Parts: sequence; structure tokens; C-alpha cells
Amino acid sequence: MSRPAHRPLDQTARPWLMAAALATILPHLEHQALWLSSLIGLMLLWAAWLWQRNERLPNSGLLAIIVCLSCCAVYLEYQTLFGRDAGVALLVIFMAMKMLELKNRRDGMVVVTLGYFLLLTHYFYSQSIPTGLWLLIALWLVTSALIRLNSGPDAMPRSILRYAASLLAQALPFMLALYLLFPRINGPLWGLPQDAHSGKTGLSEQMTPGSIAHLALNNEIAFRVRFDAEIPPGKLLYWRGPVMEYFDGTTWRPQPNRPGSERIEVIATPLSYEITLEPHNQRWLLALDAPTGMPPETGLNGTLTATHRQIINERRQFRFASTLDYRFNVAENPNILRRNLQLPAGRNPQTLKLAGEWRATTKEPEEVVNKALTLFAEQNFVYSLQPPLLGPEGIDDFLFSSRRGFCEHYAAAFVVLMRAAGIPARVVGGYQGGEVNPVDGYLTVRQSDAHAWSEIWLEGRGWIRIDPTAAVSPARIENGRIDQPGSATLPALSQLRTAWLKNLRHRWEAINNAWNQQILSYDMQRQRQLLARLGWQEAGWQDLVILLALCCTILLGAITAWTLHQKPQPDPATRLWHKALRHLARRQVNCARWETPNALLHRVQTEHPMLAEPFGRVVNAYLDVRYGRTSNNLNLLREAIAQLP
Amino acid sequence: MKLLAQLKQTLFRWQSDGTAPLRLGQRRIFIIPSRGGLLFVTALVVMLIGAINYSLALGHALVFLLAGLGLVGMIHTFRNLYDLVITPGRCDAVFAGEMAYFELRLDNERATARRALTFEADAEHPVTVTVDAGKMLKIAIPQRTIRRGWCELSRIRLSSEYPLGLFHAWSYLQPAMRCLVFPTPVMTPLPGASATSRQGAQRGAAGQEDFSGFRLRQPADSLHHVAWKASARIPDSNDLLVKQFAGGSALELQLDWALTDPALPDETRLGILCGWVLQADASGQRYGLRLPGHEIARADTKNQRLACLQLLALFAL
Repeated sequence: MSRPAHRPLDQTARPWLMAAALATILPHLEHQALWLSSLIGLMLLWAAWLWQRNERLPNSGLLAIIVCLSCCAVYLEYQTLFGRDAGVALLVIFMAMKMLELKNRRDGMVVVTLGYFLLLTHYFYSQSIPTGLWLLIALWLVTSALIRLNSGPDAMPRSILRYAASLLAQALPFMLALYLLFPRINGPLWGLPQDAHSGKTGLSEQMTPGSIAHLALNNEIAFRVRFDAEIPPGKLLYWRGPVMEYFDGTTWRPQPNRPGSERIEVIATPLSYEITLEPHNQRWLLALDAPTGMPPETGLNGTLTATHRQIINERRQFRFASTLDYRFNVAENPNILRRNLQLPAGRNPQTLKLAGEWRATTKEPEEVVNKALTLFAEQNFVYSLQPPLLGPEGIDDFLFSSRRGFCEHYAAAFVVLMRAAGIPARVVGGYQGGEVNPVDGYLTVRQSDAHAWSEIWLEGRGWIRIDPTAAVSPARIENGRIDQPGSATLPALSQLRTAWLKNLRHRWEAINNAWNQQILSYDMQRQRQLLARLGWQEAGWQDLVILLALCCTILLGAITAWTLHQKPQPDPATRLWHKALRHLARRQVNCARWETPNALLHRVQTEHPMLAEPFGRVVNAYLDVRYGRTSNNLNLLREAIAQLP
Repeated sequence: MKLLAQLKQTLFRWQSDGTAPLRLGQRRIFIIPSRGGLLFVTALVVMLIGAINYSLALGHALVFLLAGLGLVGMIHTFRNLYDLVITPGRCDAVFAGEMAYFELRLDNERATARRALTFEADAEHPVTVTVDAGKMLKIAIPQRTIRRGWCELSRIRLSSEYPLGLFHAWSYLQPAMRCLVFPTPVMTPLPGASATSRQGAQRGAAGQEDFSGFRLRQPADSLHHVAWKASARIPDSNDLLVKQFAGGSALELQLDWALTDPALPDETRLGILCGWVLQADASGQRYGLRLPGHEIARADTKNQRLACLQLLALFAL
């Protein structure tokens, strides 16, 4: 029953396995260290060269040395042998090494299994549509290699590829059933390695000059929003992230464990919307202004930032309701107000002096605000993504010498001015605006929409949003675009092209969004919803398993029935002859198994003289096709049959 | 116990299938995951845990697609054997110790090829073949013979792991086929010619026999019969040629059990007789065979060799 699998591998199976290995390794080269890619390339070339020359494979001692050296190198590179990146690097090395160890069929099976495994590891890095498509092709190749391994050398490459495609196509219904019905488990089963979700960009929890500017050129999507009703105008869309109250002279930080409560007086009717948040490895959720309706496991902290119980390390959806017109904490805790007046002692003397002058001359806080905004608007301040480096007295340098900066500079300078003038103020980080995709109606907010603004507290009005950037670059707020010098007058043709490209991009992003929304975000909740829609409320995992087993049994039965009863098609002449016989059968003339066409014709002539003449033509045509000199007389036979009464 | 034995009988085909064509139905095909399949399943489980742990939607999809592929592979491995028609063929007689080749005819009535079908009667000599779509193929199953007599074709194990190697499907075939096995010839010099049985026939005088050509010398041929001149004419060869004569033979042999050394075991004596028959036949002599209770008259007909060998093969069995 079980025989040793040490059947030698035939030479011609090796290119298949190499192609499979290459297809599964290739996408990893993008995010791997150069030395690793070079090592793998060298090993593959070596294996290909050995195959080409039909040389003996290197002995196992040499391979063991290479494995040890590679493991050491991986350890030096990643400081560990486990975890996502190091693990993947090791797997890739093993795959390449296995190419130098392809001796028997079992080695081939190992390569194929490792190949399937490597396909999965690509999804750690990307689950986009192109990745999915590429991996489908790789899957096809690996499966073909597997068939080649088991079919023996006499199978044609084309038929192998076709067979692999057909097997995968037959596996699709199972995949669908399993995808929809396999009981889903949410969240990690155990603590993930530290690098599990690394490499994700987004707002950071603290703000130093330049921290948002580096996001400005990042076109990645931060989140998408679908509003239930109309989308409010862009200049009203302030997505709140962390609120930073503590300032040490260079860096703004949120207050840890802040006590306090939020009291929102709703003025405008709340809007309902759903946010699909890309993972950013933080707890905050970026709701619009003042949330009145919250998703589960989410709370509002005292600074009106919605935070989730868990860190968001995968794409997730949240439903919110928010009001855009509200009063917030009109009666604020005095401790909090005091904290929002603190400034680092002895820093930025010029700024403090200017604010002091304002406070001395004006009574109303609103006037101080206006003076500050007028300063930004009238004193040649420039909105720039590449501000000069600022010295230790950053705010002074910015306000009185460089005057070039990004939203964070304006927000920070404004808050320092306000605090120095005795008005409680703080910096709010988040995103502003977004772009409506006309294809699917989603609002797309990108990393480049990251923004910082300020909030001041006024007696009787509570916390009010002031966006000093608007005083310098209104366009940044109106349509979320950065003013770039010289971009105002584009030639008509190029504008047309940009419009066309923009349309294309919108479509692509809409497809991506649908992919994310419909396919990637299918989880336990969606599974419950689907079953509820099918009329199955409260389905437990046992029900799912039963349903799944039922589906798989039916599918197995159907595919078995379909594949087992594929008989070869008879040749066209025989098929036409059978058609003629069916004609006769309708006239109660049944051809016996032993009857030759001529014998049948003889019987027809005596039993049904009416039929004799047309059937005679059919018999002649058939015999001609079968035994005649000229081969292509099928049309004559077809015509003769058509003339049968 | 009896029930179990009966179950084994019906399941694993220890009884003969007869000589009629047999069609592999679902009741005689067994299927289990192969080692490769177990490796594959292990990989899938690890992959599924990984996909759950990292919440990879496409990872789930990949694992499920591969699971589906495994299930489909199971059907296709089963299908590779299912409905194959196997018809027993013939088998030529061999000498003990040689390979007997049992011919089987395979009919594939399906529109797809059946690949990597491995037949083994004898674990050391598997035969792997492909039967193309709608085609017929004749194969010969080798089986080593040990003793003279009738060699029954032992139970054949037909197995396949095509297409994916994840499942091992097999079936047992027991077609009623047997092969006649002659004793292993032991080469010893021919015994002296006995008195000619034909009245009046003289020991061949020169000119009475027709020279019919040369043939290669067998070890049994006496050096007196070697045609040295003719042998010398063949370049680069150590072969010696012997003159062959048609018509009346110089010698008439009666190969007799009694002529063999009674001290030797019976089987060896039969082997010696077998060797004599071959030598006598090769040298074109008239010969007969006498065994206790059996006698084949001297003749030089075509069937003489076969009749003698058959008698030796089946003697006292």
C-alpha cells in the first residue's frame, strides 16, 4: 500500500518545478533585502545551469553549510529567525535551496507544498487585486508542476496546463462554499509577532514640525466614507484624530489618561455614515466632528476623539452619526483649561511678547483670534511643504523669520499665540476634506489629506475650531488641494488628459473599494448577516459546519457524476448515422445490432418502400464516408439525412 | 472470524476474477491520502491558522481553494482507475527463474487519458503506463518464476496517484491467468546416442545427408562438428560455427530419466533432461523422452520440443 516515494525525478520535470518556485518567490523580492534577492537569484541560476548541463546536484554537506550561513545572515538582518519578515526570508531561501536538491519525486512534492505555502505569505504584504491575480497565475503554475510530477514524462505541457486550469475551476465552487460558510474566527489566535503590521503609515500620535508634511506627498488611502445622505461640502469635513495639549517647545503630545467628560449640545441634525478605516496601528477612529452615534466597543474621550478598544491593525468598518454644528464642553473643567494655557517656560520670547501686547490692548478674545489670523494672512506667510529647518525657538523662527510652513506650523504657532494671550487652546490632528469618487459615491480620504488645526475655548461658547491654515491657503481647506506655484495654467490637452486619467483612477479606486468592501472584509459579522438574509437567524458554528458539509457533499457528488461519465464523442460520421437511425426509429424501423447498413436498407425496401429511395441515398453517402476514397463527404451525408421524410 | 475472512475476500479480491474482461467499478477501488497528501493537509492547516491569525481574507480564499483542489484531486484520482476495462491476454511459457510476462489488454473508453497507472504483480517490477483517450493498450506484467509447473499470476495491484499525487487509489486484480514454467535447464553433455529406432537407417554415411548451412555452436556440440574454416572467416568473433545437415540425423537420442544420476535430487535430474532436450532440439537431432510412467516417442517434429518440455514441466505435480 505505501511504497517508498523515492522514485527518481525525471529531468524534464525540473523546469516545471523551477518555474513554480520562481513564480512564488518573485513577488517577495520587492520587499526583501538586496543580498537575499541576489543569493536567491544565484541559487536559481546555479540550479538552472546544473539542469542545463545535466550535472550532478551538489552534495548535502555543501547545502547544509549554505543553509547555516543563510540562517545566520537572516538573523543578522532581522535580529530574529521568527516573526513575519524573517520567517518569509527563510522560507524563500529554503525554496531556492530545494532547487539544488531535487533528486526524487518526494522533493518535488515538498517544493510544491512549499510553493503553496509561499503564496500565502504574499498576503502579509498586500491583498490587492493585482496581487490576487498574480497569485492565481502562480497557483496555476504550481498546480501544473504538481500534475507534471505525477503524470510521468509523456504528458504534453499544453494538456498539463489545461488540466490544471480545469482542476482549479472545479475547485472554485468548494472555495466559494468554504469562504461563505466556514465558521470564521475573528482576531488573532495569539499575540502576533512585533512586525506583523509594520510598515503602515498614517498620523502619528505626536506632532513635531514636519511630521504631517511627510504624509502630504503620500497618496495612500487613509480611509473611505460612505454617507447615508448627501456628502457635506469639503470644507466642513474635519476628521478628528488625537488632540494634543502638551507642548515641550518642539513636540506636541496628547495628555495621557486624561480625565474629563464630554458634553455635546447638538444643534444640527446628525449625519450617518460608515467609515472603512485602513489599518493605522492606533486606537483612534477619525470620526467627523462631534459623534452622537458610536459603533460598539468605541468610546469618546474628553477631547472628543473616538477611540476603539483594540488597536486597528486591519481594515475595519465603523458606523457613526455625527453633528457638524454643536457646542462642546461649554462648562469645562478648570484643570483642563489651566492645562491648555501651559507653555514651556522661557521659550519663544518674541511670540510671548507679541501675544502679551495683544492681550494688553484688546479685551475680547475674538479680537485676539482675529489679530492672529490677520497676521498669517497679511504678513507674507507662505504655505510650503518644504519649510526651512527651525532652530530651538521654533515658533519664533517661524513667525518672525522663515514664515514658510505647513498646517502643523500654523496650528502650533496659533496655539502658542493663544495660550500666551490667555486663551485656552490646543492642537487637533486628523484629516481634512477628501475626494468624492463619482463612480461609487465613496469619499476617499488620503494620507495627503492629513491636517492639523487648533481649538480654542471661549467663555459661553465652549471649544471652537479655528483653522489658521485657512488664513494662508484657503484652497487647502476649500478643496483639499495644495497650491503649487505654476500649476494654475495647464494646457488644455494636458488638462483633458489629466481628466481622463483622473476618471480612470476613480474607476480603479472604486473597483478596489468594492474588492475591499465586498470580498476582503467578509468576517464573522458579515457571515451572520448573510445567513440572516438567507433566513437563518442566530446560526451557530455547528449549523455552519452541517450546512458546509451538506454543500461539499452535493458538490462532490455533482463533480463526480460529471467527471465519471465523460465518454469519448463518436466520430462525426457515426453521429450522423445514428441521427439517420433515429429518423427511421420514428417510423418504427429499428436497426438491429448485427445489421449492416445494406442489410437494413434491404429490409427498409421490403417493409417501407416509401422510405427506400431517400434512405438509400443516406446509406450510399454513409458508406462513401466510411469506406470511400474521398474522405470529406460529410456534407453529402448531412444533406441526404436532411432529405429524409 | 469467518465473517471477517469473507469480508476480506470480497474487499481485497483474493478469489479469482476469471478470464472475462473486468471493469473496475467503485466497489473495487480503494483510495486513501498519500504521504504527499498528508504533507499537503498539514500545510493547509498551518496556512489556515496563519490566515486566521493575521485576518487574511485572501489567505482564507487560497486555503479554501486548495482544499477544494484536494477534494477534486481525490475524485480525479479515483476516476483515473474507474471504468477501466482489463482483459486477460496470453502468456508465453518460460524456464523457471526467468520472468513470466502476463499480457493484459487495457481499454480506456473515456475521452481523457489515464496516466501513471502502475501494475505490479511483483513489487520489484512495477509497470507504469498511460492509456490514451479512447484507446486500447496491451501490457505485459512481469512476474519472477521460481519453480517449474503452472505459475499462477499472483494478485495484481493496480495503483495510481495521478493527477495530484495527494491520494493513492488502488485496486486488486486477480485474472485467472497461468504460465507454464519449464524446469531450469542444467547444461551437461548429451548422453551417447542410443540405437536408432528407425529400421534400416544407418549411421549417416557421407554424402547421404544434405548440407544445409551453418549455425552457432552450442556448448553441447562436440568439437568434432565445428567447421573450423568457416569459423575462421568470421572476423573479430569468438563464435564457432557448426555444420548443419538436413535430412536424416546422425544421432538418434533417447533422453531417459534413468540416464541421469540417481543420487541427484529429482528437480536437478529434470533440469538435466531439460538441458538435453534443448541441446538435442538445437542440434536438430531426432530425440525422444522417457520419464517414469511417461514416454514421448522419438520424432523431429516442430512440437517435439514443446511436448517434451511440457512433460518435464508438469511431471509428478
